[in-house]
Amino acid sequence: MTVGLEHYLVLSAALFSLGLLAVITKKNAVTVLMGIELILNAANINFVAFARFIDTDLDGQIFAIFVIVTAAASAAVALAIVLNLYERLHSINLEEADSLAG
Amino acid sequence: MITNAILILLLPLLAFTIQIFIGKRLPRKGDWVSTGAMFLAFFLAVPILIQALSSYDPNFKITQSWEWINFGAVNVTFGIHIDNLTAIMLIVVTLISSLIHLYSIGYMHDDPRYNRYFAYLSIFSFSMLGLILVDGFFGIYIFWELVGLSSYLLIGFWFEKNSAANAAKKAFITNRIGDVAMFAGILIIFTTLGVFNFEEVFRGIADGQLSGGLLTAAGILIFMGAVGKSAQFPLHVWLPDAMEGPTPVSALIHAATMVAAGVYMVGRTFVIYTADALLVIAYIGTITAFMAATIALVQKDIKRVLAYSTVSQLGFMMVGLGTGGYTAGLFHLITHAFFKALLFLGSGSVIHAVHSQEMDDMGGLRKKMPITFWTFLIGTLAISGVPPFSGFWSKDAILASALEFGMVNPTHMVIFVVTLLAAGMTGFYMLRAVYLTFGGEPRDKKKFDHAHESPLVMTIPLCVLALFAVGTIWWGWLEHLLTKPELSSYASSGVQVLEAGGGHPDVAHTAHKIAMFSSIAIAGLGILLSTLVYHWKKISAEAWGRRLKPIYTLFWNKYYFDELYGATVIAGTLFISKISSLFDMKVIDGFVNAVARITTRFAFGNGRFDIKIIDGMVNLVARVIGFFGAQLRTIQTGRVQNYILMALAAVVILFIIQQF
Amino acid sequence: MSLFDVIFYLFAAFTLASAALMVVSKNIVHSAVGLLFSFFGVAGIYVLLAADFLAVVQVLVYVGGILILLLFGVMLTQRITSVDMRTGTLQLVPAILAVAGIFVILFRVIRTTSWNIVPEAEAQFIPTAEKIGYLLMTDFLIPFEIVSVLLLAALIGAAFIARKGT
Repeated sequence: MTVGLEHYLVLSAALFSLGLLAVITKKNAVTVLMGIELILNAANINFVAFARFIDTDLDGQIFAIFVIVTAAASAAVALAIVLNLYERLHSINLEEADSLAG
Repeated sequence: MITNAILILLLPLLAFTIQIFIGKRLPRKGDWVSTGAMFLAFFLAVPILIQALSSYDPNFKITQSWEWINFGAVNVTFGIHIDNLTAIMLIVVTLISSLIHLYSIGYMHDDPRYNRYFAYLSIFSFSMLGLILVDGFFGIYIFWELVGLSSYLLIGFWFEKNSAANAAKKAFITNRIGDVAMFAGILIIFTTLGVFNFEEVFRGIADGQLSGGLLTAAGILIFMGAVGKSAQFPLHVWLPDAMEGPTPVSALIHAATMVAAGVYMVGRTFVIYTADALLVIAYIGTITAFMAATIALVQKDIKRVLAYSTVSQLGFMMVGLGTGGYTAGLFHLITHAFFKALLFLGSGSVIHAVHSQEMDDMGGLRKKMPITFWTFLIGTLAISGVPPFSGFWSKDAILASALEFGMVNPTHMVIFVVTLLAAGMTGFYMLRAVYLTFGGEPRDKKKFDHAHESPLVMTIPLCVLALFAVGTIWWGWLEHLLTKPELSSYASSGVQVLEAGGGHPDVAHTAHKIAMFSSIAIAGLGILLSTLVYHWKKISAEAWGRRLKPIYTLFWNKYYFDELYGATVIAGTLFISKISSLFDMKVIDGFVNAVARITTRFAFGNGRFDIKIIDGMVNLVARVIGFFGAQLRTIQTGRVQNYILMALAAVVILFIIQQF
Repeated sequence: MSLFDVIFYLFAAFTLASAALMVVSKNIVHSAVGLLFSFFGVAGIYVLLAADFLAVVQVLVYVGGILILLLFGVMLTQRITSVDMRTGTLQLVPAILAVAGIFVILFRVIRTTSWNIVPEAEAQFIPTAEKIGYLLMTDFLIPFEIVSVLLLAALIGAAFIARKGT
């Protein structure tokens, strides 16, 4: 069986699942950010794959570019937040950032 | 004439209203308001009398009535009824009342409640005039009670004195007993006939709608009202005590007018009394006349002598009415009103001068107070039945009527005999009063020196009243105008009704002759005896008093009526009250308290139930919700990763559900 | 199995392995390195998908920008001199279960959907840089501008938030 759309999608799904796992389980805020980046990459793979196999024009790739830009922006803001968090809690352990606990 | 009558009625009411509200601020404390209203009423009453006299018709009658209360089937009317009797009574009441108002200006001049006194006099005048003018039992009952009320107010006018306050209460309560009976009588009439109006009631009785025992009972019950108001035996005890009021009040209310209201009422409703009822009236009158006269013999207080003489004279009137002497009874009512007012005002003048009511403190006042003496003497002669004074004519008519009745019914001759004796005693005790007060030597020098003739406002009424006490001119036309009403004249059909008595011309003639001579003789005898005892001192009153000790004591203590009532009625009432009070406290209160306690218990249990079960259920709901809330809040960890995990789990679960 | 397929599997395996390393590793620096390789793998996948420009951007932005940023974050927040550069894990078992569930779901969706694939597209390969540049300046001009503003805002915002003493 030749590599087709579904292969890319499965790859993307696997990558997404790994990123999700990192987001859910990691205590370290920076690691969680890494997981988010992984998830975004998975999404990008989907965009590009659909652009290649279904639409055949470059809209998907342009979307991917926007996603990358947004990811960069979000990474910058998120890191700023993490730094601020560290400033306040002297830790970036997310377990301790639970002041919204009911 | 109706307008006049209404004005006569409303003027004193207006005066009362003015006096009670702004009397204190008026010049002279407003005595001129009441007095003026009374004089005006008198002048308004004169045309009514003139019309009655000029028509000279026994059936002269002006009536007008208005619908008052309409219950559908029952229609109560309220109206004015003027006939000869009313016209004469109007003059009597307004004239005497006016004179007494005038007299009171002098007598009460330094009383602190001057204006209130005149207000009370006005309300009394209003009530009395209403009593005379109304045309039905309903109206007469209303004014009857108003008269009782104003009498109560005036007897207790000096309520600071315990005796006055008690006398007022006694008068009111004693009257009430008679009034209750009267009310019952009126109810009998109303329930059987359904009307209050005199004329309609008479017509109904004449038509035989109410007769026999029930009619007798109704008559006696209504008469009981007169017994109370006119101080007849056995309800006479209040009147002597009523002398605690100011003397002009005694003259107006308790001598001339109000006590005569009972007699007037009996005269007004004369046709409803059956022969039996009239007999009761006659005997009650006889007993009263005799008993009161005997008590008057020994009294030392001048006002009490007059009070008992009033009671006695009212007894005479009742005898007159009861024995069928309708004209005689009412005639005596009119003459008595004048001379008794005169006597009371005279005594008031004396009391005003010496500041004492005890005859022991008086004596020899003839020279000091000539006007008072002469007018008082005229009154005395009138009441004693000396011709040609007015009392002679009226009393003679009563005695004649009693004698006639006795001659027709020999078993009842005793009425005449006893009444005659009482008439003799009248002469005796009245002369005694004159001698003790005016004659002889002064017994209390200090008081005598202080005494002086009363001012003009007091002596003028005396003179006017003395004028009326002379009155030989009375009898003829009065007999014509005040003809005894016959029940049959009211009958709508030709139903014949049994007559109570009378209708024996030859017997009447004989009776009149005998009565006249015997009455002159007995009056003369009484006066002679009195003169012997108190003027010439031939007979010692003290010696006879000692010799007849038991009788004297009996008279002195007024037949122990007060004690009897005290021991029976009052003690009994108190006993019943005490029992009632005990019953109230133990049984009623106990029951109430038990109910309260049960309620409290129940409420307590209820409260328990409320707190434990209802609140418990509510709290349980709250606690269950709280429990789940507490459980659920643990989900809210505040950790983003938990939330994400839960969202994922939810997605998975939803997908699984969607798949299957 | 063609050469193309082999290359795909190699890249896919490489990417997933690196990602797995990033997830599993307890040392945060190791994680970062795993992420780095993973990004490279994704860039290779882009090449296979005929997105040459995108692959370059992936390497430039992610590897050269974002990853460096993350590493700075690590350096600034962890006491680098201390021994403990590790990061703990939490709720591991339920997370694995849930993520596995998600993967199964995605897998099923991918397998059961009938994709409307354009047949002839596979053969063509046209360089994309010029076309993308053209598109960004024409059809996607407004999003392009908005994204540039977004970047500026994120830059200022990040600087503001990260400032000390706020």
